[in-house]
Amino acid sequence: MSEGQGIGASVARKEDKRFITGLGRYTDDMKVPGMMHAAFVRSPHAHAKVNGVDKSAALEMDGVIDVLIGPELKADGIGDLICGWAVSSKDGSPMNMGAWSPLATDTVRHVGNPVAIVVAETRDIALDAAERVMVDYDPLPAVTDAVDALSDGAPQLHPEAANNLIFDWEIGEEQATDDALAGAAHVVEVDIRNNRLSPNPMEPRAALGHYNKAEDHYTVWTTSQNPHVARLVMSAFYNVAPENKLRVIAPDVGGGFGAKIYIYPEEIVCLWASKRTGVPVKWVATRTEAFMTDAHGRDHTSTAKIGFDADHKIVGLKVETVANLGAYMSLFSSATPTYLYATLLSGQYNIPNIHANVKTVYTNTVPVDAYRGAGRPEATYLVERTMTQAARQLGVDPAELRRKNFIREFPHQTPVIMNYDTGDFEASLDAATEAIDYKNFESRRQESRNRGKLRGIGMSCYIEACGIAPSAAVGSLGAGVGLWESAEVRVNAAGTIEVLTGSHSHGQGHETTFAQLVHERLGLPLDQVNIVHGDTDVVQMGMGTYGSRSGAVGMSAIVKALDKVEAKAKKIAAHLLEADEGDIEIENGELKVAGTDKTLPWFQMALGAYTAHNLPDGLEPGLKETAFYDPTNFTFPAGCYICEVEIDPETGKTEILRFVAADDFGNIINPMIVEGQVHGGLTQGIGQALLEGVHYDADSGQLITASYMDYCMPRADNVPMFEVSHQTTPCPGNPLGIKGCGEAGAIGSPPAVINAITDAIGTEAVTMPATPMKVWQAIRGAAMAQAAE
Amino acid sequence: MSEVTLVVNGRKVKRVVEDRTLLVHFLRDELDLTGTHVGCDTAQCGTCVVQMDGKAVKSCSILAAQADGSEVVTIEAADSGYDDLHPMQKAFKEYHGLQCGFCTPGMIMAGIDMVRRYGPGNLDEATVRQNLEGNICRCTGYHNIVKAILAASDEMAKSDTQLNEAAE
Repeated sequence: MSEGQGIGASVARKEDKRFITGLGRYTDDMKVPGMMHAAFVRSPHAHAKVNGVDKSAALEMDGVIDVLIGPELKADGIGDLICGWAVSSKDGSPMNMGAWSPLATDTVRHVGNPVAIVVAETRDIALDAAERVMVDYDPLPAVTDAVDALSDGAPQLHPEAANNLIFDWEIGEEQATDDALAGAAHVVEVDIRNNRLSPNPMEPRAALGHYNKAEDHYTVWTTSQNPHVARLVMSAFYNVAPENKLRVIAPDVGGGFGAKIYIYPEEIVCLWASKRTGVPVKWVATRTEAFMTDAHGRDHTSTAKIGFDADHKIVGLKVETVANLGAYMSLFSSATPTYLYATLLSGQYNIPNIHANVKTVYTNTVPVDAYRGAGRPEATYLVERTMTQAARQLGVDPAELRRKNFIREFPHQTPVIMNYDTGDFEASLDAATEAIDYKNFESRRQESRNRGKLRGIGMSCYIEACGIAPSAAVGSLGAGVGLWESAEVRVNAAGTIEVLTGSHSHGQGHETTFAQLVHERLGLPLDQVNIVHGDTDVVQMGMGTYGSRSGAVGMSAIVKALDKVEAKAKKIAAHLLEADEGDIEIENGELKVAGTDKTLPWFQMALGAYTAHNLPDGLEPGLKETAFYDPTNFTFPAGCYICEVEIDPETGKTEILRFVAADDFGNIINPMIVEGQVHGGLTQGIGQALLEGVHYDADSGQLITASYMDYCMPRADNVPMFEVSHQTTPCPGNPLGIKGCGEAGAIGSPPAVINAITDAIGTEAVTMPATPMKVWQAIRGAAMAQAAE
Repeated sequence: MSEVTLVVNGRKVKRVVEDRTLLVHFLRDELDLTGTHVGCDTAQCGTCVVQMDGKAVKSCSILAAQADGSEVVTIEAADSGYDDLHPMQKAFKEYHGLQCGFCTPGMIMAGIDMVRRYGPGNLDEATVRQNLEGNICRCTGYHNIVKAILAASDEMAKSDTQLNEAAE
């Protein structure tokens, strides 16, 4: 660490000033001359035939520019939305993907499905006019639960997907796993329900589409985590425009959590509508629209069967999962419940045999895709609830059962693809149990009991796969894109630096951490380093931010580009200082000849590169280098979370008394920012465990939880101060030893909370979200069952 | 339509607005004060909090016409009267009380109002958490927001003491 600004320093963020003074610039803050406003006409039905659309009443209104519908969009050649990751069924057949038109043409399949766009002079006129667009619907029966959707006689969504089955996929060896379970001394069976969530970044999605007729060129400002991917997909698959005619700008983006990875109908339609109407078109989602259209997360129904030998070593794990993918296949929806889920079912444990079967299903609900953690929270919840229930059934301490089965030698090949490169699971378990004073818990339980309260403790030992991902590996598994990252380091003529990154920051603090890396390498002050991202006309192709990849993959690309910059800078300095290139060292903003007092300030070297008056023979002027980094493996952040709760048996209300997080993220650039990521992730996981859940009415398919009145977001008084620590085993797979930290909190925390609640109340009969009513019912149910015995 | 005249961030503004225009849309669309945000439709999220006549209000729940004659301060002017930033703004940066920044203006305005209501230095963790009921953050888990508000409250108490001592 140099001067307290380099790697390992908790530097306050460079980007903060604009946000704390109200000068952040989000998509809804953008105005362009002539801009008009859009509102979407959306289906009020979960499932219906669309017989026709009568625009006339809306078009008669003052201030309405136009009303556009699906058949017009199709006639202009705009393509259907697709899933970009091909996953096949176990019989080898390809996934059964149904058509998804950006504006519905003949059928709507979920409440909120867009049917038409209204463009008007103001937002209010657009909203009023949307009310006057008359859509002739024939309502059809709807199904919202994935298990129900697979049953005989269920309403059918897409002709391509018989019985609503998208694919029936498996991983691992079924026969070997069955044999292992048949020979096990103990088998524990668990039913697992992973509740459906809405990601809820605080900034609602938005798009401002602008077609420039003179240039035949499109620009869209949009709330995207990966603007280049948006451009590629809109260009190559949706026929909006060729890539060179389409500029995607993701300015300040107010949180993403996965929901802003995907390309949605609205940005496509705003761009198309801008060309059709000849005016720039801006749309901003209301919160209710966000609930009705942002891709949801989770929604798994599973059973797990785990077998142990007489010594309590795991011999096999068998999992059956039904995953709800909603009404249409979102961009990466097929990967989330397969390669991001079942490949993590080994958890932190040595499990010789694993088999998982995953059925993905269409239902009349919002599309489901990756939400913070994406498959890994589902895997962790299943494994960690199963381990705790097994410990209880076997009559052993949950910590000791885990300890006995930890993987201790690396690299470790699991039976489900992943090859764990490094880790020290016991170190995190020890740190967490020590921090919470695990061994003296029973006295605290007694103390609560004396006050009429039920106290419980629960743990979760999670592992996740991050830094996605080696391009060849994901390509072999069906991904339609590579998952490398790019960086360009531009040294300006006076020595200041711009780093153009394909990563996208929407809260992660890249403008600070990436600058810290440059400072570490070159010794330049942070204010001489600018991080540039989020504009496809400015930044080279990049893959964006999700899957905790910006440190492990994005920064590795910057390291590679910096290597090249340093090499050329040393050549120039050696020439100017009349020294050997190999003797040049870069330190504190200077280039030095090792072992001498000869130095050249960084800015003079840079100026020399650009004046080009005196460069080594054959060296090109200028100093700017680009690198693409393709990871060699996933990274494997892991850790142990322990939660202590107190429950009022009279109300069922759970209070989280303490929450301890012990994480191994590999090397850390900025501990303050990393801890902030953990706090946020933990709160989302606690939200899942205690508060949040998307609910549809089973009969009508209406979305019941479509506002903050009905969907319970975690508030400040739902969570405690978190106690966070780090145990570090550097990742051997990338130059900085980074594993990633963005999702861990959301992945590891739900089972810790539910294990604590079930410990407190003495019954497993609680599903997420464990609301006071559910907990109260579980306590009463257990008491009545006991009385009946 | 209504004619409204109000003082926003120290500047008198007069506009003719639709009766249904919300104060938040008036600030954003008419005055280009885009630091005040809209994060929900039901007055829950608190990203739109501004000061009206010295008190924090959700500007999504007030019509521009209702604000006629009032004095409004938005995040863009939260630092007025201070050399650099308001202590609340400084504390949010120092304690990493923000990530994506979208809820931040509302959080800072709510924090300033909390200190006004309870008095500088009179806040504790439970009070801050309870008083943040109307402000949702999806990024930070509130941990560092709570720390920032407490720190700013203490800092403001310190400078008040200094001011009082200087006055004596």
